[in-house]
Amino acid sequence: MLARRIIPCLDVAGGRVVKGVNFVDLRDAGDPVEVARRYDEQGADELTFLDITASSDARGTLLSMVESVAAQVFIPLTVGGGVRTVTDVRSLLNAGADKVSINTAAVQSPGFVQEAAGRYGSQCIVVAVDAKRVPGTSDDAPRWEVYTHGGRRATGLDALEWGSRMQSYGAGEILLTSMDRDGTRVGFDLALTRAFSDALSIPIIASGGVGSIGDMVEGVTLGHADAVLAASIFHYGQHTVGEVKRAMAAAGVEVRL
Amino acid sequence: MTIAVVDYGMGNLRSVAKALEHVADGVPVVVTDDPGAIAAAERVVFPGQGAMRDCMRELQARGLRAAVIEAASSRPFLGICIGLQMLFEKSEEADTPGLAVLPGEVIRFPAEAMVDAAGARLKVPHMGWNEVHQSEAHPMWTGIPDGTRFYFVHSYFPQPALPELVAGYSHYPFPFCCAVARGNLFAVQFHPEKSHRAGLQLLANFVNWDIQAGTIKERATCS
Repeated sequence: MLARRIIPCLDVAGGRVVKGVNFVDLRDAGDPVEVARRYDEQGADELTFLDITASSDARGTLLSMVESVAAQVFIPLTVGGGVRTVTDVRSLLNAGADKVSINTAAVQSPGFVQEAAGRYGSQCIVVAVDAKRVPGTSDDAPRWEVYTHGGRRATGLDALEWGSRMQSYGAGEILLTSMDRDGTRVGFDLALTRAFSDALSIPIIASGGVGSIGDMVEGVTLGHADAVLAASIFHYGQHTVGEVKRAMAAAGVEVRL
Repeated sequence: MTIAVVDYGMGNLRSVAKALEHVADGVPVVVTDDPGAIAAAERVVFPGQGAMRDCMRELQARGLRAAVIEAASSRPFLGICIGLQMLFEKSEEADTPGLAVLPGEVIRFPAEAMVDAAGARLKVPHMGWNEVHQSEAHPMWTGIPDGTRFYFVHSYFPQPALPELVAGYSHYPFPFCCAVARGNLFAVQFHPEKSHRAGLQLLANFVNWDIQAGTIKERATCS
């Protein structure tokens, strides 16, 4: 049967891998090609690159980085950050990305998701949803709001309704990040992950908050995620992808070993 | 001596070309929309992604239909994903006629069947790494253990009209055909170019597949 996926995430800025807490205080974590190759050897099921600077003048740097990685690493690559037009989607796919992740532009212009999925197929369109718990909503009936611009701007959109709308617009997958948990290393927002995974019929990638192997296992067993994404526990050599997979297998989760 | 990757303007062929180059041992890999180049190639790879109706339309518009059908019946030929689906008579996806190189149809994972043994709903598209079971010994499976995982991303799968066409199957949650073989032709629903070592091995096998002898030439290695 289908295996749950473990996806190391590489936040990139100026051609380097970086990691910060709540999208600020960035620390250098290595050369993208080297990091990608290391994860490939460890058995990563996919890799996700997010260009967190996403400025238009750095576009060329990002594309050449994607080209270098794609020529050496033969597993699926997702690239996101600053994807705003169909031309951006096409350039990334041509550079060797298998999927592109769309975030802010989807909120600004939902029809863009429809257009991109219509032209290149749902299989390559990931919609990234950055969700933050709405203060005052109870644990029994929690709600989350969509944020854009790397977690800096509230949109007023209900996250679950938004995810379901993106599914109907042709998103092939949702990359779901908890803004409350991102970079905190205290575990996924499991209620958020489960709410999305149970409500939508497309795969959900859980993201934001992983601090231990157990957190990743829980993302699947309790959060019902189809895939789990993490950055810092891998980048600083705390754990390997293989260790996470063995823990998942021990917990009865089907993985590719 | 070249390997032609058929380019009909749909999606990303770079991954397929890069992975082939990685294992081709110096054999030139050309991504081409020229029917003459396809006719002249020793081996032909027919990839595809996106919507099948758009793929068929573009194939037709670029005048590649006849060249693909000819290659599929004469030389080592590898279909990948939509490239496999287009070989059949028709697809349920927007009720699209295919090339009818192989008898059978392409159907969608039926919503009512998408529940696992524990009662949990299974997502469509079928996306990720699944075990591929080999229905028969075939040179293209050389060096690949039965049950090896390959990377899939699709919502439709083939139902060949002749059981002997099935070379491999997978489960989601029921068994479905994910590899077909007939003579010089081999086609897979999964993506070997994205399937790490096992995928590179399959592509290396294709590069070295001797269809007359039904074997893989000696130099097949996987780096």
